[in-house]
Order: sequence, then structure tokens, then C-alpha cells
Amino acid sequence: MSDVVAIRPALPGNVSDAGQGAFNRALAPSRVNGRTLVMALYLLFLMLPIYWLINMSLKTNTEISTTMTLWPRDITFEHYRKIFTDASWYGGYINSLTYVVINTVLSISLALPAAYAFSRYRFLGDKHLFFWLLSNRMAPPAVFALPFFNLYSAIGLFDTPWAVALAHCLFNVPLAVWILEGFMSGVPREIDETAAIDGYSFPRFFIRIFMPLIASGIGVAAFFCFMFSWVELLLARTLTSVNAKPIAATMTRTVSAAGMDWGLLAAAGVLTIVPGALVIWFVRNYIAKGFALGRV
Amino acid sequence: MTLVLDRVGKKVGAQTYIDDVSLSLERGSLNVLLGATLAGKTSLMRLMAGLDAPTSGRVVIDGKDVTGWPVQRRSVAMVYQQFINYPSLSVYENIASPLRVARLPAAEIEARVKDAARLLKLEPYLDRKPLNLSGGQQQRTAIARALVKRADLVLLDEPLANLDYKLREELREELPRVFAASGAIFVYATTEPQEALLLGGNTATLFEGRVTQFGVTPQVYRQPKDLTSARVFSDPPLNTLTARKSGATVALSTGGEARAAGAFAAVPDGEYTVGFRAHHLGFEPLGGDALSIPATVSVSEITGSESFIHLDSGERRFVALVPGVKRFEPGASVTAYLDPRHLFLFDEAGRLVASDLPKAA
Repeated sequence: MSDVVAIRPALPGNVSDAGQGAFNRALAPSRVNGRTLVMALYLLFLMLPIYWLINMSLKTNTEISTTMTLWPRDITFEHYRKIFTDASWYGGYINSLTYVVINTVLSISLALPAAYAFSRYRFLGDKHLFFWLLSNRMAPPAVFALPFFNLYSAIGLFDTPWAVALAHCLFNVPLAVWILEGFMSGVPREIDETAAIDGYSFPRFFIRIFMPLIASGIGVAAFFCFMFSWVELLLARTLTSVNAKPIAATMTRTVSAAGMDWGLLAAAGVLTIVPGALVIWFVRNYIAKGFALGRV
Repeated sequence: MTLVLDRVGKKVGAQTYIDDVSLSLERGSLNVLLGATLAGKTSLMRLMAGLDAPTSGRVVIDGKDVTGWPVQRRSVAMVYQQFINYPSLSVYENIASPLRVARLPAAEIEARVKDAARLLKLEPYLDRKPLNLSGGQQQRTAIARALVKRADLVLLDEPLANLDYKLREELREELPRVFAASGAIFVYATTEPQEALLLGGNTATLFEGRVTQFGVTPQVYRQPKDLTSARVFSDPPLNTLTARKSGATVALSTGGEARAAGAFAAVPDGEYTVGFRAHHLGFEPLGGDALSIPATVSVSEITGSESFIHLDSGERRFVALVPGVKRFEPGASVTAYLDPRHLFLFDEAGRLVASDLPKAA
């Protein structure tokens, strides 16, 4: 992993001067005031790494390693083709998506009743328990890697999507509980009572009346679970070996005797951004509320 | 159907919400729960509905003890002060919701919802979402939902408190009429004595979790059993002073003496708390037996056709409600007059011992 990390800061550093010059030249004819300039620079720095990743993914390895070009001279989809045809590559995506989806579904379905309890009932130690839940989120995943590894090896869960999905629940359930509790507390308790008076049984009320009211909260919580599970690498890599190997692990293991396959790695990187970008699109209007744990 | 609360109490932790309440409400009756904020009106309603279980006592419906029953098994409808509807459902579905849960035939649901919507003037809004309606319309939706259910017990918890006064008057007139046909027990909580008088029916005065008096509304107003009930059922606040009767004379705590006439004639010698309502205090000199109270004007408020004059007299503050626009300069010395027939005498324990008002409504 260390060699991969080493190259990452090097890449944007090389390029930024050249890229900036190109942009300034493009802007020069129009009237530029300070505000647009700052904005343009900001966007430039923000988008540059992503642009460069896409750029690289469409170049041949020769072009990447021999010349410095702002766009692919010799455009190729060979890297993408390889990812979509080679089972060891697309299998990584399938593995990752499998445990991410399992984890998101598990976390949300466990967090919904828990958040409802925290939001609606007072019980002994509720506030402490609620805070303790969040404090789980504060421990680094590395702390849990060893116990999970040993435990899962013992009970035969090692190297299955369930291993990673369950391990990620440790972080995602508390987060989802906190987010959902915030959204639920925004719904007046009287609605619950009115539903009971109308004759709704609790499960029916919860699914038919209550869940639509906190739909945006469920969306945001699911998004956060999805993103955490999607980007988390340490536990995912420790708890899998071959059968459930996640894409991020696959990417870090591509260094071969022949050297680094730059283009392939870049293409894999582009494809890794896509699911997150898709999910974020659906919850874009609620993200801020989600970051405030539903308490805005 | 009859709803009986039998020595019902509700405690949460060390706090007493409802303290030993016994009430019997009859089918087809309109009952007002009157009390200030935090007097326990909502807590009592929640016990009646079954949303909360009492910590002591029994709730009996038609002779059946339903104390521990969940609210789903009871035939109740409730309207809250806040406008509570299901935001994700249309107005039509909101009103239909209790009927859908009860699995009524579609035609019946349609007919009942249309009926209620017509009665509450919601017909043009049936396809809208509740949050796109005005406050009055939202509350009408909640009332319509309570209506279609044809519940045996209808609880209205300050349903008009959050509405502007025009809507409030309009709905207040409609409400008893709308529910009258159903023959349900109708319970209406309010903080306003005037609202209780306008609604009529029976009134229970609540103070600190206790029902201090329960009876026919005008009778409770005219014959409060004790000082607390009189205070609860008085707006502007009940004026009080203390008086000591000895023989044929009465010495007032505000200074001065009067002949022991009116209510004073019937009671033995001793010290009494005198309670009287704002509109019985006036500034025109009355006949010989009138009590006269020297005072200074602190504020005068003019509402249009009436004026509230706030008076200071020694330690006491009084409010006089006089017809017409009367101008009193703050600080002016005045003498207020009170007819001894229009007062309540309470003994040291606060029980009513004499009043000269007609007994029946």
C-alpha cells in the first residue's frame, strides 16, 4: 500500500502549474473580476485531481509514463474493457457492493427501531446509552481489526461479504441511530398518538405513516452508511482474502513485477467514484441536515 | 355509554399530574374541562383516551373496567391544540384514515368522508396535502377525522387555541352542533372561562391536577363550591378581600365598615374571604348597604364597549369591568362600590358559605 500512497501527492503537484496556466489563458479574453477568479481557481483545484484521474484512465501506459499531456493524445478504453471483462477486477466491485448493500440494509433496519426508542421513550440510562453509541464512532477501525479477524476466523465468517458488512455495522449503526433520531424527533409525538387513536397497530403506523415522514432522514442515513462502508479499507481488507476481496484491496494489489499498471488503476479509480456520486445525487438536498445529524 | 373515572391518579416520578379525580360523564353530554395551563387538562384527557395508564384508580366504560386497555381497542377520537394531521397523506386520506384502518367498505368510507368534508367546509381541499392549507383548514381536517370515526368518546384538547379569533368563534359555534348528532361523550378542554360559558353543558374546574367542582356550567359559574373553583372560573381574575363580621357590621380589610346585609346577613360572626367578579365592581354610588372601597387607579384599559379599570387598594389589586369608555387617570383616587348581593363569602378553608345569587341556572 505504501508505494501507492507515495505516488498520490506527487501527481497533482506535477500538474497543477501547467493546468492553471491553461485555464488562465482561456479566461483572459472575457472580463474577469476578483470574485470569478477566486471561484474559478477554487473549482480548478477541486476538480483537477478528478480530471487527471479520468485523463489518465483514457491514456495508454506508454503515454502516461513517457510524456506529460493535458488530454489523451491516443485515447483508449482498453483499461475499462479489462475491468469489465476480467473477473478479478469486476468481482472486486461486486464484492464491495455486496457488503456495502448488506451493511446499509442491516444498519438502517437496526437503527430505525433504536432511534424510535431514543426519540420517543425515556428509560433508565437512555441519555448515557445514546452518547455511548456515538463514542463507538470515535475509535479507529484498526482497533477492531484484530478481534474481528480472530472471531470471524473462528466462526467461519472470514472472507465472506457478511464479515465486512457486520464489522461496518459497529460504526454505521450508531451513526444511523443518531441521524434518524434527529429526524424522528422533528415529527410531533401527537402524530403517533393520533395514529394509535385512529386504530393503527404499531407496525402499520410505523411503515405507513411514520417512515414516509422521515424518508429524507432514512435516505441520508443510508447515504452515510453507504459512503462509510464504500470507502473503508482497513477492515474490509483484513477480513477478506480471495472470495470477498473488495475493489479497493484489489487496486492496492496491482503492483506486479512488470511495474505499476497506471491506466488500469486510474480506470478502477474512476469507476470507484461513480457509485458514491450516484448516491450523493439522490440525497443532495438533505446532506447538510444529515451532517448536523438531523438536528437542523 | 358512560365514562366513569374512579379515583384516578397519575404520577410521573415525584410529580403528581392528576390527583384523585372522580368524574362520571354521560352519553351525549358536552363536558368542559376548565383550568389554567398545567392544571392537568391534557393529562386527564390522555387518561380518558387510554394514551396513558393511570397510576391509581380505575377507568370504567359502561360498567367495564378498561383501565389497562390500549387506545386502539377503545372507541375514542381526539383533536389536539396543534394541528395534527398526516403530512404525507391528502386531506381526503387523512379524514378516511380511521375508516381505512377499520376496513370499512369503500362506498361507506366515501360517503362518510364526503359528509364530514361538507359539514366542515373542506370539500374544495380534499386533494391537497394538509401542510398546504391554512391553520383553520388544518384543524378542520383534524376535526373531520375525529368526526367520521363516530367514536363514543370525543376529546378536544384546546382545539381552537391556535386559531385567530374569527375562526375560533365560527368553529366554536359549529363544534357542538357537528358532534351533537353522534351521541358521543364530548370532552372539551379550555383555559378560557368565557369559552366554557359559551359552550354550556357541564364544566369541571381543574386546579393542580384536581377537579375542584363538576356540574352544569352556569351553576358552577354562579355557585362555585370553593375559592379555587371560583378563581378558575373567572376572567378577569376574581377580586378578593377579607372581611370580619361582628354583629350587624362588617369591617373590610380595605378600610371602612358596612352594614351586614346581603350575603353577610346569613353567616355567623367571623372572618371571611370575599370574592366578587369584575363586572360587579362599579363607580356609581349604590344604595345604603353597598360596600365602598377606596382605591387608586393604576391602569385603565379600554376594549371598545367596555373598560377594565385596575385599582390598588392597600395590599390588594382589583379589576373593575365597567360598560362604556371610562377614562381614569392613573394615580387618581376613586371610590369603588360593590353590591353586597353580588359576592361570594368563603370561610377560612376556602369553602363557599354564602352567596345571594339565584341557585339554579
